[in-house]
Amino acid sequence: MISVDIEKKLRAYKGQQVLKIAAQFPSGSITKIYGPSGSGKTTFLKIIAGLITPEKGKITVDDAVWLDTDSKFSLSPQKRRTGFVFQNYALFPNMTVQQHLEYATDDRQWINRLLAIGQLETFAEHKPEYLSGGQQQRLAILRAMAIKPKLLLMDEPFSALDPKMKSGIIPGLKLLWEELGTTVLIVSHNPQELEGLTAREIEINLS
Amino acid sequence: MDLTPIWLTLKLASTTTLVLLLIGLPLAYWLSKSRSIFKIIIEAIITMPLVLPPSVLGFYLLLAFSPQHGVGKWLHDTFNVQFVFSFQGLILASVIYSMPFMIGPIKSALQQLPLSLSQASYTLGKTERQTFINVLLPNIRPSVLTAVILTFAHTLGEFGVVLMIGGNIPGVTRVASIAVYDSVENMDYAAANTYSLILFSITFVMVISVFVFNKYKAKSPLE
Repeated sequence: MISVDIEKKLRAYKGQQVLKIAAQFPSGSITKIYGPSGSGKTTFLKIIAGLITPEKGKITVDDAVWLDTDSKFSLSPQKRRTGFVFQNYALFPNMTVQQHLEYATDDRQWINRLLAIGQLETFAEHKPEYLSGGQQQRLAILRAMAIKPKLLLMDEPFSALDPKMKSGIIPGLKLLWEELGTTVLIVSHNPQELEGLTAREIEINLS
Repeated sequence: MDLTPIWLTLKLASTTTLVLLLIGLPLAYWLSKSRSIFKIIIEAIITMPLVLPPSVLGFYLLLAFSPQHGVGKWLHDTFNVQFVFSFQGLILASVIYSMPFMIGPIKSALQQLPLSLSQASYTLGKTERQTFINVLLPNIRPSVLTAVILTFAHTLGEFGVVLMIGGNIPGVTRVASIAVYDSVENMDYAAANTYSLILFSITFVMVISVFVFNKYKAKSPLE
């Protein structure tokens, strides 16, 4: 069980606004996070990953405390090891598809399995600049899955995939999530983006 | 024709560039991260040689490292090291004088990389050091090369600061730029012309290679 109760001030056009979220995510569940643009969805994911620190809050994962601002404790992103799919993919321009996965894990069998799920075997030696938008997005998902995360945070992860490709990759991912017991949080604008996934829903709004 | 000043200049430029590369990479990385008043002050100090007359910098270095008092006396008495009128003094002065040429392009390139690249690496469990070596550095290679070439070329052309702290000792501190001045003083225009032509050719080739390289790779050679 992941328990989040955080408060983060955000600079917005209308002045300062507060992102305030209290939620629980059962282990192995899939949750869709939605809300208007600029409502702090990405910030929320980054707070959970340890990439942004909120002014107030506590995050616990099972029995482990990841963040407790009262005791000024924050576990580093390296130790949280959340799989993170960035909205802009954040692929490394200097690395090929294969090197991206090798950077994340030494498990060659796992890498081959990921490449097959993402249908990127034939592009293993390609660098991101030679991949299409959809291929880059799939690589971003595979890289996040390479560390076998217990918690996967995905920011608009299927936006560049056509329906056929999406329905091709989702069953494979679901299988991996079930095997690993991964808890998945998916930020999405588009209600149709998560077709094929049974997901809980949480709406985020700034106050 | 004595070519020692040319070799001495190339030795000084190579050593300075190597030292600055080792210092410059971590320093530029540190400066590229979030800004504080302390960092702004450090950055201003690093940038000062760009606008300060070289003779002023040389004068202060001469005072600071004079073996008669202060830091210079302590270094001389404790480690038997003398920076004034010595080759190591030239290296120290050149490192300070050329530092903005190494730091500037690297810092600028690091700041232009999306923050999400580092963040993605951290979520994969990689440390800041691993991220710098495996992700950030390979993606700013053109700018590092620019910084190296500019630093080397700039060190070749030093005069004021080198003259102030090193003087004009043949084989020790008499670099090519000083040899040109010295030859003109002695009315030996042929030697001055040879030294000048060699310096001009090396510098021109280096600068043009930066521009050609950056035409394809980086945004501006002076970034």
